[in-house]
Formats: sequence, C-alpha cells, structure tokens
Amino acid sequence: MSRLVSIHKGLDIRLQGLAEKQLKILPNSRIICVSPLDFHGLNPKLLVKEGDSVKIGDSLFFDKTNEAVQFVTPASGTVKSIIRGEKRKILQVLIETSENQEYKNGSAEDVSKLSSEELKTKMLACGLWPFIKQRPIDVIADQNQEPKAIFVSAFDSSPLAPDYNFILDGREEDLQTGFNALCQLTKGKVHLNIDAKNDSALFSNIKGVEINKFAGKHPAGNVGTQIHHIDPINKGEYIWTINVQDLVIIGNYFNTGKLNARRTIALSGSEVSEPQYYNVLIGSNLDGILKGKVKGNHVRFISGNVLTGDQKQQNDYLGYYHNQITVIPEGDNYKFFLTKGWLGLGFDKFSNSRLFPTFLLPKSKQFVLDTNTNGEERAFVVTGELERVFPFDIFPMQLVKAAMTKDIDGMENLGIYEVAPEDFALCEYVCTTKINIQDEIRKGLDIVAEECL
Amino acid sequence: MLKNVCNTKKNRTVKFLENILHKMEPNFVKGAKYEKWNPLFETLATFAFTPKLVTTKGAHIRDGVDLKRTMMMVIIALIPCLLFGIYNTGHWQMVAELGNRNLPYWENGLNKFWNGSIIVLPLIVVSYGVGLGIEFLFGMLRGHSLHEGFLVSGMLIPLTMPADVPLWMVGVATAFAVIIGKEIFGGTGMNIINVALTARAFLFFAYPTSMSGDKVWMAGTETTKVDGFTGSTALGDLATFMSDKPIFQNLNGFTSEYTLSESFIGMIPGSVGETSTLACLIGAGILLITGVGSLRIMASFFVGGLAMGLLLNLMGGNPYFELPAVYHLVIGSFAFGAIFMATDPVSAAQTAKGKLVYGFLGGLLAILIRVLNPAYPEGVMLAILFMNISAPIIDYYVIQGNINRRLKRIKTA
Repeated sequence: MSRLVSIHKGLDIRLQGLAEKQLKILPNSRIICVSPLDFHGLNPKLLVKEGDSVKIGDSLFFDKTNEAVQFVTPASGTVKSIIRGEKRKILQVLIETSENQEYKNGSAEDVSKLSSEELKTKMLACGLWPFIKQRPIDVIADQNQEPKAIFVSAFDSSPLAPDYNFILDGREEDLQTGFNALCQLTKGKVHLNIDAKNDSALFSNIKGVEINKFAGKHPAGNVGTQIHHIDPINKGEYIWTINVQDLVIIGNYFNTGKLNARRTIALSGSEVSEPQYYNVLIGSNLDGILKGKVKGNHVRFISGNVLTGDQKQQNDYLGYYHNQITVIPEGDNYKFFLTKGWLGLGFDKFSNSRLFPTFLLPKSKQFVLDTNTNGEERAFVVTGELERVFPFDIFPMQLVKAAMTKDIDGMENLGIYEVAPEDFALCEYVCTTKINIQDEIRKGLDIVAEECL
Repeated sequence: MLKNVCNTKKNRTVKFLENILHKMEPNFVKGAKYEKWNPLFETLATFAFTPKLVTTKGAHIRDGVDLKRTMMMVIIALIPCLLFGIYNTGHWQMVAELGNRNLPYWENGLNKFWNGSIIVLPLIVVSYGVGLGIEFLFGMLRGHSLHEGFLVSGMLIPLTMPADVPLWMVGVATAFAVIIGKEIFGGTGMNIINVALTARAFLFFAYPTSMSGDKVWMAGTETTKVDGFTGSTALGDLATFMSDKPIFQNLNGFTSEYTLSESFIGMIPGSVGETSTLACLIGAGILLITGVGSLRIMASFFVGGLAMGLLLNLMGGNPYFELPAVYHLVIGSFAFGAIFMATDPVSAAQTAKGKLVYGFLGGLLAILIRVLNPAYPEGVMLAILFMNISAPIIDYYVIQGNINRRLKRIKTA
C-alpha cells in the first residue's frame, strides 16, 4: 500500500512561461560539452587530448579521489578543445559531434542476474554512475558505502518544472529496468515518490519499489523533503538519490547495451516565445535550442530552474543534471521607490510575506519576476519567515548561521546531514537578508565532508 | 488623457532623479574623491531607488520583501499611537495649565493637537537626529550604508518618553541606546536588548527624579500656577495602595477616576504613545495582517498579563491585588509594550515555541513587578528587558529539544 504524506509548509512561486506539452526532437548539436564543474567537488584527471576521436561511452576523465568513477562522452566525434581556467583548472571538454554516431561496445544485460558488485562495476565503467548522488553532502555517490535506501522523486514541484509524466510517457520498460537496477544496489528499500495530485499509471505500476504519495506545495517534490518525511538520515548513514529521467537512461542502457544520453527538457520562462519540450543530448549547446525563441534582449539564461539552476550565456551548454532551461528578464535597473521599488504597491511582486498584496490576488495570477534582489544584504532581523517554507524538523536560520560561522558541532547537531543546498532554495528566495543561503549551506557541507566523514 | 499627462510628468521627474544619481555615483565609488561619504550617498540613493543589484549565486529570483519595507510597515503601525499621543499630550497640558482634571476630553480638539505637536514633534526630531547621526558615523567607520533598524527605534523612543522630559535627556538617552545598546554589538540585527527600551531604561536609572514621581507625566505641571495640582498617572496612583498613604480610599475611587473605557481609549496621562490601548490594537492589526509582528508573542504576552492579574485577584487582601485583571491590560504601557516592544524580532526569542514562552513570561513579570514593587510603578519595561536577556536561554532549550530528538533517532535506529 502506498503511503500519503502531506507537506503543509512551502511555496509555489507562480511564474509565467510554463512549457506547453509539445515535444520537438532536436538533432545532436554540433558541439557538446562535458564540464567537470557540473559535479561538485570533482577533481578531474583527463584521459583524452584535443584531436582524439571518441565514441559514445568513451571516458573523457575520471575522478582523482575516486578513480573508479568514469565520466564519458554522450556523443561520438572528436575532442575539439579542452578549456581551462585559472591554475589550469579544467572547465569544459568540448566534443565536435560526427555525422554517424558510434557506440562503444556494450551489450544488454539482465540486471536482476547481476550481483550488486558486478552492477556497480559496470555502471562505474560505462559512465552511468555520476547520475547517482548521495546524501549527506549531495555529491556523486561513493560506491563503497552501503546506502540504507534509495530515493527517486517522480515529480518536480519547483517553478515551471517539467512534467515527468509527459516526458517519460512510453518509457515504462526502461523505467522498470532502472528500478530493478536500483533494487540490486541496496539492501534497503527503493522509494518511488509520486505526486498525489497527478497519479499516473506510468509510475504507480512500477514493481519492486515502495511507492509513497506526496501532496503539498514546493518543495514536496524535492527528494530531500521526501527523505526527511519517510526515512531521515542520521550521522553515519547514506541515502542515494537519482533523478527519474536519469534512471531511464540507466534502464535503457541495460535494455539495449547502448548509452543513449538524450533527455527531454522543458524550455520555460517569461522571456521564451514558445515554451515547450525539447529532446536533446546532455551537454547540448543552448544556442541551438534557444535560437529565435527568446523575446527580450536583456535576459538571463538558466540551465535548470530559477531556484537552483546555473547562470549561462546563450552559447553555453546544458548542465549535466538539468532537465529544464529557464529564461527570465535581468533586473539590473533602478526602481523608483514609490512605483516599482521598495515602497510601491507591489502588485507585480510575488512575495511570501503579506507586505505585498500577492496574497490578495487570485491564485491563477502568474508573475514575471526578474533577477533583481529587491534590496540589499542585511543581517538576520526578521524571524520565522524561513520556517514557513521549510518543511523539515530543522531550525533553518540556526543551521544557516552555524554554516556561516563554520560551527561544525552546531551544524551536526542541527541536522546538516539531512539537507542539500537545494532544500534551502526557497529559504533563500523568501529571506529578507538577501544572503546567498544555498552557497552558505554548500560551504558548510564541504567543511563537514572534510572534517567529519 | 489627464492620467497620461500625469504619468509622463511623473516619469520625467523619476528620470531626472535617476540621471542625477547616475551622474553622482562615480564620485562616491571606491577610490573616487568622495569615497568616504559613500555610506551617506548609498543610503539616500537606495532610499529613492531600489538598487540595481542582481542575484549572482543560488536562487535567481528573490522575494520582493526587504528590510526597508518591513521597517516602514512598523512605522506605519505606530502612526495611530503617535497621533493619539499628540492629542492626549495636548489635552493633559491644558489640564495642567487650568489645574482642572475634569476638563472635557474631546473639546478644543485642534488647539490640543497643535499644543501636543509642539511638545511631541521636537522629541521625535531629537531622537531621529541624534540616532541617525550616530548611525551614519558608525556606517562611515564600517563602510556600510544605514541599516534600517533605527528607523523604528527612532520613532519608538519619543513614544516611550514622558511628555515633559527635557530634550537633552532624550538626546543623551538615544545616544546611549544606539552606541551601547546596538552599535557595539555590531549594529542592526546584532543587539541583545531592545534599543528603544535601552533608551528609556537609561533615563529611568540615570535621572530617576526626572523620570518618576508625579511631576513629569503631563506637560506643563512644572509651570502650573495651580497649587497642589499633580500630574499623577493611573499606575502612580495605584502604587500608593501599597504604601501608607493611598490616594484613593478604596478601589471604587480609582475605578471612577479612571474608567475602563477611558483607559482603553487612552484618555489618561502617561508616556506620549503608550496610553491608548485602542491605537495600539490598530497598530497590532497592521503588524499582524502584514505578518511583521509575531502573533505568538503578542497573544502570549496578553495571556501572561491576564493570568498574573487573575492570580493576584484570587490572592486578594489589598485593593491593588483586587484590581480587575482586565484593567492591567489597558493602563500603563502594557499594550504598547506587548505589541511594539516585546515583538522586536532581534531581541525576542527566535523559535516558534520560544516566542510563546517568552511572551507569556514577559506579561506575567510585567504585572508582577507593577503590583508587588511600588518603587517601579510600571513593570513592562523591566519585564521586557529581562525577557530580552532570557530569550537566548529559552531558545537554547527549544533548540536543544530538537537536537535531542535527532540524537534519539540514532539510538533507536
């Protein structure tokens, strides 16, 4: 029997520009990019040099601190260039795709016949492992740890989020194989968390997993929220998580023996003229997707959603884990205090506080929000506002302060092991201080990872 | 058509201001001629225009709320208290001049309002002038623009003062509160105790003769030509029940002098902004609708005061003990303290449960001090300051409860 969890705290930010449920399959972009920066804490060692020809599934680099984890190319072609930054840090590996896509040798396997170790070895070698992340610390999973459970969220509740029911329609077989593989990886349970409002047969028919339903506002769809309400993490425990669309790539690999690293992304946001879904390769050039579809001329391109995504330029590339591209207006203009500024009526401002009339407007009203911070950075003065959007049994402000002051004991006591930066995205949005809370939590996690794990 | 004309006119003014801003900005950036004055420039510029700062890390969009708007909402909530305070001050000044406590309250309104303004507005000017001056000084030393906390403190300080307080005392008290109460801890958001109450407490202990007794609560009592006239307050009169020479023979004498409805509306002598429970409640409404004030603290503070009042009623044996508990909530600064002082988020408890305990104990203590210690006719200030000091301990236990829950999970797992 599935279990229903209602999340009472949270906030649905109502933005304009939700993607229409129309899918367009784009050809491979000419250049694709695999960036070590997409994997937090990675220390890459290159295996290719400029001019090498690569097939799909060939390793490009590996992690120096965990050498088994291979990062492979999702397309075949030649390594066009390796872009480095300060201290020769590797920023991007660019691959020029060839006409004919060739795959590295591989064969379909029945995952249920593989042992846990065999499955891990295979996934590590063929570049599937980076899809699996771990809590605590929110980095690529350490294959040597034993996870007490694996969590998969089947829905995304963030602003303008893609609908996985639409994206994965018809992929039942790959999805089931993916879940079978996860079941082999843990002695504990595999939790599949579905949206209580949008209960589709696609997910509820999956076998071998524990199905939980979640109802409520964002962050109900965040896997961190779901873990906290089903099986919270204690110190010394590990939980693995994976995005459901990435799981389909894994399932597809074991069904076909080929790495088919394409995913369907939602192109969304108020500055997109025709928001809809596109099927593209991981690491695709954004320009190929966005060309002719951007309305404004001073906009911000975000790979991912508005709360947790990465800022990009139009000629940058889609992030490794991202299922969405959002385009919103930049907000670097002065706003006169009585009209659009801090003392204006504020019907155009979406606010969780009742200082703006947002709460009086009908729920159907959608907003165009820009990147202005709407104020300067200040100390923590207002209390209780973070708690309203943070559905954890954790004191958010106290934990953020512990992270800011590098108080390791404080962070451990207050529950740093249960959270990832994305869990604090809404806190960061609503906070009067305008402090970059996700960044502070990330720094706190890094300290804890270094000192305590 | 007319609207369009107005709009373009307005837009032109805004554009004009924006242009001035653009022209002046380079003079104040780092390394430029007036670099030192950047905090002042930035304060004025960010007041007129929300700055063009954009998100660089993390969430790309941010809530419209900022500290300026939050603080402005508290000032708006204080306006009813201020207006009523001005009128009330004007009324009691006239009473003192004529030596007639039975002067009709609502007659001669404009005259009273005018007289009240002459007394109250200088208090506000001194408080803001001294406070903002010091804040700017610290801002320039630390290289940051004015943080908005004092905008509220600067309004609260005059409202907690007796009408006849000398202006220099207000200045000294404000300076003490801003420097010792706030800036040495790091400025807005870092203070341990409420800044406005620090100012009042400073005067209370530094100049006791000017801050207590029955001379100061009404303007003009110093100069009144009527012999034997006193400007005593309800609390001062009540405190005499605990001494050998009560002013009233029994409680009925008191309740006919200060009726419940008059006390609720605020037609009694007292500090400038504190007398009207009604005006305070209007302010509370604004704070609660906008979500700036904490309902938990306000409600539990009132409940705590009521509980102590009822407990004293049960004990009885003295007219002050027998004063109906509801009276305690409408006289003195109880409502003002509960709504505007105790709810200061920086010095109050910060956890949801902590706020309930903090408010309840604060209300309880306020009435306890008020009734049982005749040396301090008003206990609200001392109670809130004491709870400010205790708030971190309350929070500590609430947070420790959360930590213990987490530790217990490991043991049972």
